[in-house]
Amino acid sequence: MANIFAFAEARNGELRKVALETITAARTLADSTGGEVHALLVGAPGIGAKAEQLAQHGADIVILCEHPGFTQYNPEATAALAAERIKGGGYRAAVFTTSAQGRDLAPRVAAKLGVGLVTDVTGLELTGDTLIVKHPMNIGKLIATIAIAHTPAVIAIRPNTFTPAQTPTAGRVETAEPVGDPSASRVVVKELVQGGGGKLDLADAPVIVAGGRGLKAAENFKLVEELADAFGNAAVGATRAVTDDGWRPHSDQIGQTGRLVSPDLYIAVGISGAVQHLAGMRTSRTIVAINKDKDAPIFNVADYGIVGDVFEVVPALTAAVREARKGH
Amino acid sequence: MKIAVCIKRVPDMDVRFRIGADGTSLDDSGLKYDINDFDAWAVEAALQLKEKAGQGEVVILSLGPDAAAETIRKALSMGADRGIHLKTDRIPFDGFAIASALVSELKDGGYDLIFFGKMSPDSSNGVVGPIVAELLGLPCVTAISKLDIADGKGTAKRELEGAQEIVEFPLPAVLTVDEGLNTARYPSLKGIMAAKKKPLDVKPATLGENKVTVQKLELPPERAAGRIIGEGSAAVPDLIKALQTEAKVL
Repeated sequence: MANIFAFAEARNGELRKVALETITAARTLADSTGGEVHALLVGAPGIGAKAEQLAQHGADIVILCEHPGFTQYNPEATAALAAERIKGGGYRAAVFTTSAQGRDLAPRVAAKLGVGLVTDVTGLELTGDTLIVKHPMNIGKLIATIAIAHTPAVIAIRPNTFTPAQTPTAGRVETAEPVGDPSASRVVVKELVQGGGGKLDLADAPVIVAGGRGLKAAENFKLVEELADAFGNAAVGATRAVTDDGWRPHSDQIGQTGRLVSPDLYIAVGISGAVQHLAGMRTSRTIVAINKDKDAPIFNVADYGIVGDVFEVVPALTAAVREARKGH
Repeated sequence: MKIAVCIKRVPDMDVRFRIGADGTSLDDSGLKYDINDFDAWAVEAALQLKEKAGQGEVVILSLGPDAAAETIRKALSMGADRGIHLKTDRIPFDGFAIASALVSELKDGGYDLIFFGKMSPDSSNGVVGPIVAELLGLPCVTAISKLDIADGKGTAKRELEGAQEIVEFPLPAVLTVDEGLNTARYPSLKGIMAAKKKPLDVKPATLGENKVTVQKLELPPERAAGRIIGEGSAAVPDLIKALQTEAKVL
């Protein structure tokens, strides 16, 4: 009958998709214990309008804390509130997200509670008193099975691993007061600057088109952007070589020191497939590679490959995708 | 300005890893090790702040086996002033245990800033910096890609998914470094010679209790071999068909 805590990540007054994934992951744990999911939602006044979405994905109780001090991410006040709710709630596990916000928040909360935590969790299971999780290590070349014996176990799930499931509950909202004064936090987010290099973010897009050195020059990246546009639901990514050369912002980099992505479809354009790049995208569901070198390592992980000149193949592919998507 | 930088020695990822006989650790024979990229950028950030201030001290901390001393020497050869090696045969996975050992060394150090890389590619947990901050009661900003320090205050840019935050914080503080903040300098020959004479204290690490335990390491399932559809734009129609009928993503 143990209950599970979940943190519902929001940005700028909107729930992030990972919030629904987090609720879904918490729901699977709660179903195995016969317990409830209690989701914490913090934000500026008005964020409560999002509580219904959390109930639709399996939150039995939404713990709602609205305060002007939560208009931007407030790491100290959010960690203090989350830790207090988790401590007082007797939860078996607390589920966060492995995002910039979650990687900032979850360790603060775990440290306040004096409990262990594992981030980037790709599988979870309660076995008796122990939460057992899967966690990729060494850029995904090893998978660790890790036991968290402490209660509550704090984990952060990997985005795009737990598909948000509709499991509507009669979720009720309980309002909560902040711990202390959120305006007194020492770390203050003064401004949120939207936007990386592309129109759609890598974390949210079901399709990613990524470009590498094979494009030869910054201006040729428009081939990648046009292919992404043709899909209509694609984000643009890049390799480290490309971001180091300043063709694209660092925030677009996919790989060991960049973003980890797992879209439904990943199209690698002029990317040879250095191990550091593969680390960021090898968990994509379907991988397509276009490269003129038939021996490029990218073809070892790609489901479908076309050997050829990107300047010839990509425009043809863009036209064909536009044609195929007519009527969408 | 007194700055600590916590660094880790990590294996080169460009190899096929083998699992040790115990099933829970890496067989490290034949692996090449170097400073974690994110940590090298953290060292660079500390050196730039000291150079800008015209005074101060940059202290390198690393927890690990004997060979961690090499990694500390590398940071010293970049220009850091001295090193502290917290010795342990094996670095635990548990971020809390690691953070506890670092905190026992850092707590009375009087540091204005404590830098970490935002994560390391081997354990891929990325939690030690914020746990250290919490245990020390210090403000913490993670994943920074821009930094200005003036008048006892800092302004940083944090990298989010598809956005950035502009963050202000008071000193002393803990910062974790993301890519894009700087480019780490290479040690000069002069720096390498000078590093040999710089002080490096070796102490046993007082690790905290492990709260999480690696039970098993395994290789991930191999991706099923894909297929080359064809050459040049002539292959595009077949690719479209495969995406529609097999992968069902179009």
